[in-house]
Amino acid sequence: MNKLKDALKLFAIFFKIGLFTFGGGYAMISVITHEIVEKRKYISNAEFSDLVAIAESTPGPIAINSATYIGYRKAGVLGAIFSSIGVCLPSLIIIFLISLFFTDILKYTLVQKAFRGIQCGVSILVFMAGVKLLKNIEKNWISYTLIALSVLVMLSMKFFSYSFSTIFIVLFGAVLGIAVYLPKEKKAENRPIAQDSDKKEGGDTE
Amino acid sequence: MIFLKLFFTFFKIGLFSFGGGYGMLPLILQETVKNGWLTESEFYSFLAVAESTPGPIAVNMATYVGSTQGMFTYGGNVFFGALGSIIATLGVIMPSIIIILLIVAILKNFLKYRAVRCALMGMKPLICGMIMATGITLAITNILPNLYSFSLKGFSYMALIVTAILAGIYFGYKKLFKKNLSPILLILISAVFGMLLL
Repeated sequence: MNKLKDALKLFAIFFKIGLFTFGGGYAMISVITHEIVEKRKYISNAEFSDLVAIAESTPGPIAINSATYIGYRKAGVLGAIFSSIGVCLPSLIIIFLISLFFTDILKYTLVQKAFRGIQCGVSILVFMAGVKLLKNIEKNWISYTLIALSVLVMLSMKFFSYSFSTIFIVLFGAVLGIAVYLPKEKKAENRPIAQDSDKKEGGDTE
Repeated sequence: MIFLKLFFTFFKIGLFSFGGGYGMLPLILQETVKNGWLTESEFYSFLAVAESTPGPIAVNMATYVGSTQGMFTYGGNVFFGALGSIIATLGVIMPSIIIILLIVAILKNFLKYRAVRCALMGMKPLICGMIMATGITLAITNILPNLYSFSLKGFSYMALIVTAILAGIYFGYKKLFKKNLSPILLILISAVFGMLLL
């Protein structure tokens, strides 16, 4: 019974977070810090940075990943489900209402012009979202080659109108990462300094 | 059956796209265009809406596509639109819920596994490149819509000017106030420029 109460409370908190955060997952992280870590102290600051690292490293929307994690910590599986549904329910309602008339407004010339302008703005926003991720990347030539490679592959798909799923690009990265970095880390393990560089990895997400 | 298709497509998107909202865009774009659910232009128009409304971008996308496809399939019936939006949204969030529960309950040291960290080190640059490429592709489409068939026809110098002005505003603001211009504000400014110049 207590768990259900906690779960309902989590639902309300995450509903509020979902309702008032604009701009996707990363914007949500700062609101979650405020609501969950500072105000309610559901989890500690240290655990929160672990959470962010996990949410960023697993598939899916960061907000859902965080909500599931915090919900489970506070009220088990029920809490996880209630939190996740809570965080996406405001979007669901708002976007559903918008979807009822969005295609119709796009028919007006002035709206079309506005959206042509908006697409110019969105191209900057999306590009910069990619640029922001640069700081989480290993600084070495392998990474730079991979960045260039993925840009080239994505553009060439467009130019030569062939297509394969970006899933394969990501999987290729995973396999390559293991093939390239794992032997190095294993080798480093035999030296005593290795432990420290391992620790640094985890704290990077702050 | 459209609802099953929506569910499994968005489940696949939720399962295989890393890097949060923007990281999910390339796959969402691919899948929705491939299924004929959105044109590329509709996708980017709606992306602006998704960025200007609260909530995770991927959820917004799933809700929108689910709703419009549900309604479209059943002759504009709003009930099936609502059903479609719920099913697509559940599809996109379910992999997250399952994976995070597994990690938090069972694989507690998930990020400490060396193989996991190495895999991520290989994946992150590719995700980053994919997102940047999505932005570049959109800019090219705006300015030189026929470049992909190797033609300079339809060159929109006004789009070039608008993009340049907006980039100027974005970076100028960043330089001046030491923080990022809110996406909503940039979108509003873009809309005004679009109405005036495009």
